[in-house]
Order: sequence, then C-alpha cells, then structure tokens
Amino acid sequence: MAKVKVPRKSISLDMTAMCDVAFLLLTFFILTATAREEEPVVVDTPGSVSETVLPDRDVLIISIDKGGQVFLKVDSEKTRLAMLDKMAGRYQVSFSEGEKNQFRLTEMFGAPIANLKSVLHAKGKDRVALQKGIPTDSLDNQLDNWVSYARLAQVETFGTQQQLRVVIKADKDTKYEVIQKVIDTLMKQNMNKFNLITNLEQMPAGFGGERERH
Amino acid sequence: MADVDTGGKGGGKKKGAKKASTKVDMTPMVDLAFLLVTFFMLTTTLSKPNTMSLNMPEKPKPNDPPPPKVDERVTTTVVLDKNNRIFYYKGVETPEVFTTDYSAEGFRKMAVEMVAKGKSLQKDAVFIIKPTAEASYKNVVDILDEMKITDAKVYAIQQLYPQDKEIIQKYKTEHNITD
Repeated sequence: MAKVKVPRKSISLDMTAMCDVAFLLLTFFILTATAREEEPVVVDTPGSVSETVLPDRDVLIISIDKGGQVFLKVDSEKTRLAMLDKMAGRYQVSFSEGEKNQFRLTEMFGAPIANLKSVLHAKGKDRVALQKGIPTDSLDNQLDNWVSYARLAQVETFGTQQQLRVVIKADKDTKYEVIQKVIDTLMKQNMNKFNLITNLEQMPAGFGGERERH
Repeated sequence: MADVDTGGKGGGKKKGAKKASTKVDMTPMVDLAFLLVTFFMLTTTLSKPNTMSLNMPEKPKPNDPPPPKVDERVTTTVVLDKNNRIFYYKGVETPEVFTTDYSAEGFRKMAVEMVAKGKSLQKDAVFIIKPTAEASYKNVVDILDEMKITDAKVYAIQQLYPQDKEIIQKYKTEHNITD
C-alpha cells in the first residue's frame, strides 16, 4: 500500500493584512491625539451624572485649583492676542512682539498682569512655578477684565455667531468662597449661564429612567 | 533584490541569479506598529470632559414685578456646611432644622420625598441651595447632581443670608455641634 503523503505546510503567515490594520489604527490615533500641554494647575473635578459634552471650540475655561488660584484658558490664538492687547492697554503694560508671540502659544495662564511678562519669558517648570493665579479680589479684579476682554475679542475676531462659552473647572476641594467670587464676577457682566466641568458618574440605580437628556 | 527585472535581455538565460523571495518578514513591523497603536491609544484622551450647565438668576431690573411668593409647603432651604454636613429646613417663616449628609439615604431620600409631595400638591418642589463659604465645590456639584437625579425642576443657588446663619448657629448650639 502506498503511503499517503501529507504535504508539508509552511508555517509562515502572511502578515500584510495585519500590518495594514495596525498602521491604519496607528494613523488614526496619531491624527486624533492632541498633544497635552503642560498645564500650570492640577484640577481634580468632581463627578456628576450630567452627560453634556464640552464643545472643543469657543470656550473660555476658568480653572480654579484647590488653593483657590484662578487660571484662564482660551482656545483660539487670535482671541488670545486680541485680548492681551486690550488688557495691555487697560493696565498700561506694553508687550514686545516676542512676548506677544509667547502669549499666543500659551493656552492657559494665571498671573497678575504685572507679572505676566516674567511668566512669558520663563520656560518649563519655572513658568509653572511663577503663576500664582489671576487676582479676583474686589479691589483688583483682573479676572473681570480678562473675561470681558476675552468675550469682546472673540466677538471682534469671529463675529457674534461664535460667542465664548464660559466654563468653570474647579477642583472638588476648592472652597465655595472662591467659586462664588468667580460666579459673582461673571454675573456682574450679566453672564448667567455657564457650565461646570465634571467627571461622568453613573446614575444611581432606580433613578433617571425616562427623563429627557439635556 | 531591489532592481527591476527588465527581462528578455538578449534573450539569454540568467545565470546563477537566485530568485529571491519577494516575501518580507513583516513580524517586527507589525510588532512596532502595535506598540505605537497601544501607546497612542493609552495617551490619547478620546473622551471629552463632561459639563453640567448652571443657570443663575438674572439681576432683577428696577421695574420688574416682585417675584411670586413660594409655597412654603414645598420649599426647602438647603445649607451646605463644612465637613460635608447639610442642614435643611422646610418653610420660611417658622423653620424646623434638620441635618443630613450626601448619602443616598440622606439628602436624596429627603429630596425624593419633597418632589413627590410637590407633585401631590400639583406644584414643583423648590430647593434653595445656600452654600457656606467653607463648603467645597464638590458639595455644590453633588447637590446640583442630586437635583438632577431626583428630577427636581426648581432650584437655585443663593447667598447665605445672616438670618440663615443665625438659624444654623442656633441649631448647632442646641445640638452641641462644634466644628
């Protein structure tokens, strides 16, 4: 009887398809990833069941850390430049082109206008250490001016269709005192609608069945 | 391997030209690619932060009509104190103060009861939230969250008035709460 010959199969696989998928995913993640810049403040937001997602454009984020230091973040570079100009005019501080350029690239800042120059010259860790928050005292409420100039600058650059949405991002251990100061500042400018950034939390069992979602 | 076989050069046979396999071992490349994929997947923040909207009342204008009186039976004033303590009292004229906490058995139970009571009276339960200066931001967000969870429609954040402070202080001394 003749022996049945078992054909020897090659164990090498064709990796091309797998490679394709891997690079497709890679490209996707590289393109969607946004470089996280070093923020001068650490904010641990409280949780809430709210599911509204923060829009990624036209927002003005007021970050408040545990100690009550206030930082400001404006996403558009044009708005940032325009608002710096206005602030410089208001407080009689002049910025050089280099400093303006630095400010254009700084998403988030938190320093009294008088110290802003030295912050813009500092790099890396020094820059973080130099920023101690924007003054919010009633005597010297620079936050008030920053916010109103930011809104004005936004309207001037983008028109009234793209008004800034004011968002408060505070640490869960921040004292309400500070929050109230910020809210009062905003309300003084007739801004009565704003958003609070939170982490998503699960709705407790037995609640929120057929409610409409905002 | 890299040059193109133009073929038919002089019609002669190729001598000794080993036919190299066109297959490339892709394994290391795939390894690398997946390593990078993993890296970007882990570092990227796909989820954008969630927000909760908060509407504060507008400043009353001089010639506005006075605000309608709230129904005392469905009104609860909630004072958020330090150390995660909540004081609440029902009614405005003769408040009876209670204390509670942020647990499901505490504030939420009370809020659910009030909302149900409001419904039975065909009214909306009203919650007036008054955080003290020492309350944390988390406390405020938690209470706003409870409003959402219990589906309370009417609530407002207000300043703590001196008379509220008095009421709380009185309750604290009566019940020996020192902190």
